[in-house]
Amino acid sequence: MENRNRTARPHVTRNEDLIFEQSSPGKTGVDLPPLDVPAASPDKLLGSDMYRSEIKGFPEVSETEVIRHFTRLSTWNYGVDTGLYPLGSCTMKYNPRVNEVVARLEGLATDHPFAPEGLTQGCLKILAETAKCLTEITGMDAVSLQPSAGAQGELTGILMIRACLADRGNPRRIVLIPDSAHGTNPASVNICGYEVRNLKSNARGCVDLDEMDRAMTEDVAGLMLTNPNTLGVFEEQIEEIARRVHAKGGLVYMDGANMNALVGVARPADFGVDVMHLNLHKTFTTPHGGGGPGSGPVAVKRLLEPYLPAPTIEESGDGTYRLNYDRPKSIGRVRAFYGNFGMAVRALAYIQANGAAGLRQTTLDAVLNANYVRSRLKDVYDLPYDAPSMHECVFSDRRQAARGVKTGDIAKRLIDYGFHPYTTSFPLIVSGALMIEPTESAGKAELDAFIEAMRSIALEVDEDPQFVQKAPYTTRVTRLDETAAARKPVLRWEPRS
Amino acid sequence: MRYLPNSPAERDEMLRATGHDSIEGLFDQIPAALKTTGPLNLPGPLSEPEILEYFRHASQHSSRDYVSLLGAGAYSHYRPVAIDALLSRGEFFTAYTPYQAEIAQGTLQAMFEFQTLITQLTGMDVSNASLYDGSTAATEAVLMAMRITRRNRVVLARTLHPEYRQVLQTYVQHQGVELREVGYNSTGQMDLEQLEASLKTETAVVVIQSPNFFGCIERAEEIAKIVHKSGALLVVTITEPLSLAIVRPPADADIVCGEAQSFGVPVAYGGPYVGFLAAKSQFIRQMPGRLIGQTQDTEGRRGFVLTLATREQHIRREKATSNICTNQSLCALAATIYLSLLGKQGLKALAEQNLSKAAYAAAELRSVPGASLPFTAPGFNEFVVKAPAPVEELLVALRKEKIIGGLDLERFYPELKNHLLVCVTETVSKAPIDRMAAVYARLAVRSSEQDRQPDIVAAGRQSL
Amino acid sequence: MYPPELLYTKDHEWIRVDEEMGIIGITDHAQKELGDIVFVELPKAGEHVSAKEVFGSVESVKAVSEIFSPVTGEVTAANPKLHNTPELINTDPHGDAWLIKVHLADRRETESLMTADEYEAYIKEEKAH
Repeated sequence: MENRNRTARPHVTRNEDLIFEQSSPGKTGVDLPPLDVPAASPDKLLGSDMYRSEIKGFPEVSETEVIRHFTRLSTWNYGVDTGLYPLGSCTMKYNPRVNEVVARLEGLATDHPFAPEGLTQGCLKILAETAKCLTEITGMDAVSLQPSAGAQGELTGILMIRACLADRGNPRRIVLIPDSAHGTNPASVNICGYEVRNLKSNARGCVDLDEMDRAMTEDVAGLMLTNPNTLGVFEEQIEEIARRVHAKGGLVYMDGANMNALVGVARPADFGVDVMHLNLHKTFTTPHGGGGPGSGPVAVKRLLEPYLPAPTIEESGDGTYRLNYDRPKSIGRVRAFYGNFGMAVRALAYIQANGAAGLRQTTLDAVLNANYVRSRLKDVYDLPYDAPSMHECVFSDRRQAARGVKTGDIAKRLIDYGFHPYTTSFPLIVSGALMIEPTESAGKAELDAFIEAMRSIALEVDEDPQFVQKAPYTTRVTRLDETAAARKPVLRWEPRS
Repeated sequence: MRYLPNSPAERDEMLRATGHDSIEGLFDQIPAALKTTGPLNLPGPLSEPEILEYFRHASQHSSRDYVSLLGAGAYSHYRPVAIDALLSRGEFFTAYTPYQAEIAQGTLQAMFEFQTLITQLTGMDVSNASLYDGSTAATEAVLMAMRITRRNRVVLARTLHPEYRQVLQTYVQHQGVELREVGYNSTGQMDLEQLEASLKTETAVVVIQSPNFFGCIERAEEIAKIVHKSGALLVVTITEPLSLAIVRPPADADIVCGEAQSFGVPVAYGGPYVGFLAAKSQFIRQMPGRLIGQTQDTEGRRGFVLTLATREQHIRREKATSNICTNQSLCALAATIYLSLLGKQGLKALAEQNLSKAAYAAAELRSVPGASLPFTAPGFNEFVVKAPAPVEELLVALRKEKIIGGLDLERFYPELKNHLLVCVTETVSKAPIDRMAAVYARLAVRSSEQDRQPDIVAAGRQSL
Repeated sequence: MYPPELLYTKDHEWIRVDEEMGIIGITDHAQKELGDIVFVELPKAGEHVSAKEVFGSVESVKAVSEIFSPVTGEVTAANPKLHNTPELINTDPHGDAWLIKVHLADRRETESLMTADEYEAYIKEEKAH
């Protein structure tokens, strides 16, 4: 038996080489049409000192090999299309196929950002219409679609707060951020020249009003909070929080990462929020793409509108749209052109598919799913904060850690059961967090299978903790040595010398 | 609603398990006064055919029937169909950032290949796994250089994409940074005397673009020598990386960054695109964005992981090298597929076609009386032409021929009145180039006839 | 466990004082909390460090820990071995894996530091919380 195994080599689907390792001189994956103008001689035009004759190590492969290579790689990935992807605070929901089709339509996918406005009315209308929908959903007064992703939305929002306060005479020095916040919040605030002051959460995992009052001085530009927060808990005191921040002359920023709990049910504008961002790649079904592209529109109340990034898109009286660069108080632009237009197309298609009632039902389902999971797991996993959950629930590994099994181990074992792990070790205020956000895209059957898997792992932890610690067992690779990767970083392929 | 998998009966069953009587009960924690009462005023619900109809209609109000000679940071290149076939695999486009390496090897290996391709193209040692776009990549490169040098004076080429300069300004406005611009000379390249003069005080970084906004290739090697003498770092930004197939890479720079949209990412009205940032190996730990590293699993098999994560915001929070979290993974995958398809020979051949097309168009336009090419430096697929007639009239006349004639440079460079930035990629065939030259010639004649009766307006125009 | 000839801080650094010279490192407890060390960032010789202020950092795969100086003074050397073999901190935190040598500005600053016994009691108490 052993001998036989030694002679049989597994198919490369089990161990696909890098594209460079499949290269052989003379192969190509494209044939260019013939040139219809006289061929220039590059070394003469560029000069011999500027001319490059070869890109060393560049791959040479056929189209067939390219298709096989990337198809094989894709099979080593887990996507929302594969199954439940309960990453908390990431909102991994179904990405409708029609979104992809409309974003690729000729005209929309091919218009140049500097093409005359008269020739790009379709794109402008889509941007304007998307902004209008997001304005309605948040209850705010104006939206800019320019920010590339959530973190850039945060940066944009805080810059606007700063510009507004500077106009009032004093930009102030500090921004308050609860200790449950995403890491992007403090990192973004820092770029705006503000100092971060962390606010300790109370026993419910929410903002502690007394703590906030002590910190909320006339030196504080504002408060940046996520609602529902990263524990999946709605800040019940939000109105009062906003009132107190405003009373001291500060402004309120809301991180809208968790809007999937609120769309159609409540509007941040009514909470007293002055500025917020949305993640189109979370709440509005634009695909995560293995890490991007995202899109992080900012929505503002009237008082911050003059500071929006330029250009803004405006509707003229005759039903046409135009780009307005004449924005003297604008914070500037945060990226070239007008934002991730292709993501706006997808988000708008999603909003249209649902309509108001569909979006509301989506929110209800997302919250129901999270609460269902919570109610069926709380007897085996520790619930450190028992405040009611909205779209996600956060457990801790306290019981399992006593047996030496940590949240990361449970997550890896979940892979063997066919599920993508939940978010591990976040939020930081929960030691050993298991943060579960099923979204509305999972049906009861899939949730039941997940719950069963989680309960089964809890049993395994009791019976054989070492077994769980070594998971996963069913993947193409086992646990990877991250320490070696960080000590001696190998960040590119090199030809064997 | 077709995207929701729960039936009413299943919802009821699940609700009972939660111990609530009604779905509204799950929202009790939201104060009643904060709940929306009526339905939102939104379009829809629309069926799939209705959605298609809406967007098809919008797509008709576009420039799709026009030949575009616009570049300026967004380039129309042919996209082989294999790209979208592969991007459309759900395992790629519906996956998250590859934190769980064991079930994300597809994305991780592809991004490792992306990093390798970028280093090969740019001549740098290491590359990250993408940033938002070229403008933010340039900005991140500047912030990185400031961290490395611990200096805060930044010198920018005036020929760096104007919108990139604006983005940088937005990012550094509260960081106590002194921004200074260095102009261009008659070749269209950076004025090296001005550069030397600007480096007299402590400078962190000099940022150039090559080919620059006018399409002129900069003398990066010479600039690097001058910059390095002052202890500053050199950042080279590249908005048209296809040029790197036939133009020597700026290997003397410290950081090379830019926009890789040219590689298989649609022009799509400005985004999503894909920024890249590559650097010398000694600067790895100051790099922004995600990095993929090679390692082994417990059985000794090769595998890939996100690495050096301690630079990033989710660990270092306000002390992170950047606030970036989401990057442009799927667009980077498109670029990886594109470059794999084109390969060593294909990319070079394509770059030569671009060079030939632009050279042909430039020669045709230059031969029109009254038109001229103001800059003499070698270029790639983009060049500046001084129009033989008022630029507005020229653009309108070209539009009648279904041609978008380029970018009116006066918008960003008031001193370049009546100058157009023209980009000619392989997607523009000879016929529209010839038609464009004919329009130039027609308007040149008309304009020169008018010029024979000089008026005050024309005189004023010339003095500018 | 904790060498009696060293003095300790509440931030889990140690210092070995010899006349005007001090050698500084992080404790065994600190390296255990961090896990596998992958990178160390240290000041160069000639740079100044201040008591109770950050002078460098040690990194594991998923955490960064700042290192505070127990004393004020001028750095005379940074451990050259740690650049290529940061894992030394895991294997020999109190010996071979020293971080920096410092010329002390004021020896009296060491008076407030903990002895080995006091430090052991301190970490026991910290764990109980």
